[in-house]
Amino acid sequence: MDGNGLIGRHDGGRHPAHDRCGLAHRIPRLIAGLMRMVRDLGIAEECAQDALVAALEHWPASGVPDNPGAWLMAAAKRRAIDRLRRDQLLMRKHDALVHALEEALERTSFGAEASLDDPFDDDLLRLVFVACHPVLSTEARVALTLRLLGGLTTDEIARAFLVPEPTIAQRIVRAKRSLADKGVPFEVPGGDALGERLTSVLEVLYLIFNEGYAATAGEDWMRPALCEDAMRLGRVLAGLMPREPEVHGLLALMELQASRAQARTDADGTPVLLLDQNRARWDRLLIGRGLAGLARAERLGGAHGPYALQAAIAACHARAATADATDWARIAALYGELARVAPSPVVELNRAVAVAMAAGPQVGLDIADALQETPALAHYHLLPAVRGDLLAKLGRRRRGAQRVRAGRRADAQRARARPAAAARARLRQLIRPRAPGQAASFSDDEGSGDARRRLQVQLRLGRARAWGGN
Amino acid sequence: MRFMMLMIPKGYESAAPGTMPEADAVAAMMKYNEALQNAGVLLALDGLHPPSMGARVHFAGGKPRVTDGPFAEAKEVLGGYWMIDVKSREEAIAWAMRCPASDEEIIEIRQVQEMADFPEDVQQAAAGFDEMRQSARDVP
Repeated sequence: MDGNGLIGRHDGGRHPAHDRCGLAHRIPRLIAGLMRMVRDLGIAEECAQDALVAALEHWPASGVPDNPGAWLMAAAKRRAIDRLRRDQLLMRKHDALVHALEEALERTSFGAEASLDDPFDDDLLRLVFVACHPVLSTEARVALTLRLLGGLTTDEIARAFLVPEPTIAQRIVRAKRSLADKGVPFEVPGGDALGERLTSVLEVLYLIFNEGYAATAGEDWMRPALCEDAMRLGRVLAGLMPREPEVHGLLALMELQASRAQARTDADGTPVLLLDQNRARWDRLLIGRGLAGLARAERLGGAHGPYALQAAIAACHARAATADATDWARIAALYGELARVAPSPVVELNRAVAVAMAAGPQVGLDIADALQETPALAHYHLLPAVRGDLLAKLGRRRRGAQRVRAGRRADAQRARARPAAAARARLRQLIRPRAPGQAASFSDDEGSGDARRRLQVQLRLGRARAWGGN
Repeated sequence: MRFMMLMIPKGYESAAPGTMPEADAVAAMMKYNEALQNAGVLLALDGLHPPSMGARVHFAGGKPRVTDGPFAEAKEVLGGYWMIDVKSREEAIAWAMRCPASDEEIIEIRQVQEMADFPEDVQQAAAGFDEMRQSARDVP
């Protein structure tokens, strides 16, 4: 039923037609509430959609009920009972389930209980962890998260990632099946598992954000709607897990980066580097929210989390009224800390740039030179660009100029390769966490797929903040 | 897309300085604000002191002129606002309909303008303005 649900019938566009009833935002909570009882994502999703259809049929005549959330939940539960009863494979456990549901429904004198409108926070959090479960591929996690929690149609997801709609629909169906096959429990992991599983959740949100912020597929450089989806999900998560500093750190990072969205391209759509951006076009509202979120993460003792550190770096830029006023010493120190908690050659390269700005080009060059032997950076165009620039600043103009030219050639190649890559992307996977033109840097013997993908993600994420990024 | 939900309470135009809402009204409104926040749509919100504590600057005749509140000519004034980020005008309306507002209150929903909403020529003009600012400042 993917793509044929209520929202899908409204053409699935991200335009006013998308959600004529203004009810789509209730779907995630309905699904989450149903999941606790039916333990099957497919059934939960269908019943949630059916409840919305029922609302569309009844509300125009009867008026919107006092407590729409409770009305929808009750309608969805009734639908779940009907389904289970009708089910040809009705088994003993289903009988028990039907009884439990009926009892639950009897206890629910909806309309009277105002608190029922949003009673499903725990269930919603369980749904977050199920959608981002490690048994699923990264692509499946992203698709499932956008579908179940972001309330996007399969068609919207397909368009956002320039993948055919049936591919996404299939991916979601398969993901639901493997969750059921593997018996993934509908729960928030406890103890030691929580940290690891939360990392996966945060990674999925940041991947969605970054696909919007620096699209790997297609000709648009940015897909603002995806950024907004990721930030909305981040805010929901921050509400569900208010004591987790990295959740606030990630949200702060996304909001601080998104605050620069309007200034990242000029009128022709050409990218504008961070230091050249017109800071008057930075979004003060998002900056204010980002700084407050970062402060919250720090108050919760999370100042050294990888996302909080990246947010703190973004905050240094956000606080500087002009590019000249940037506190490079602090940025360099933050990159040093980031290199300690989440070591990566891209972080180190960023540190080289920051150190050069703070302490002079020679110190930065020493760090960059040390990276030349790193195989992962062998074809990373920003390394020669950074080295060339630092050499030029040191007065070694000839060699510097050569390296800058080499960097520019690589950039131009990347730009030329873009439309062709976009066409290929349509046939490929949903998410390709790598910078355009970067695939060649990685041969298969450089490590497991996972390690390679992690590095590719780092390279991409690094791109957003590194020398050539914005 | 961003929307402002503008709260327009009748009678606020003539409210005495320091007028505050009742505690139970605030409690109900807090629940509503929490719902907005839990859904991830709330960006900002504020309540405004009554106009009797404010001022208006008029520009009639090409010269700024200040009058202190309350403003005799005002029929509707703002009492506060929410800035929300939602997917459609319909969703914004749906959120406004959930507000525990009184008989005396109206919520006006207005979409926030983005650069992309402006026609090409306005965008061009704005871009030129940006460049002007850019070259006027010594940016490395």
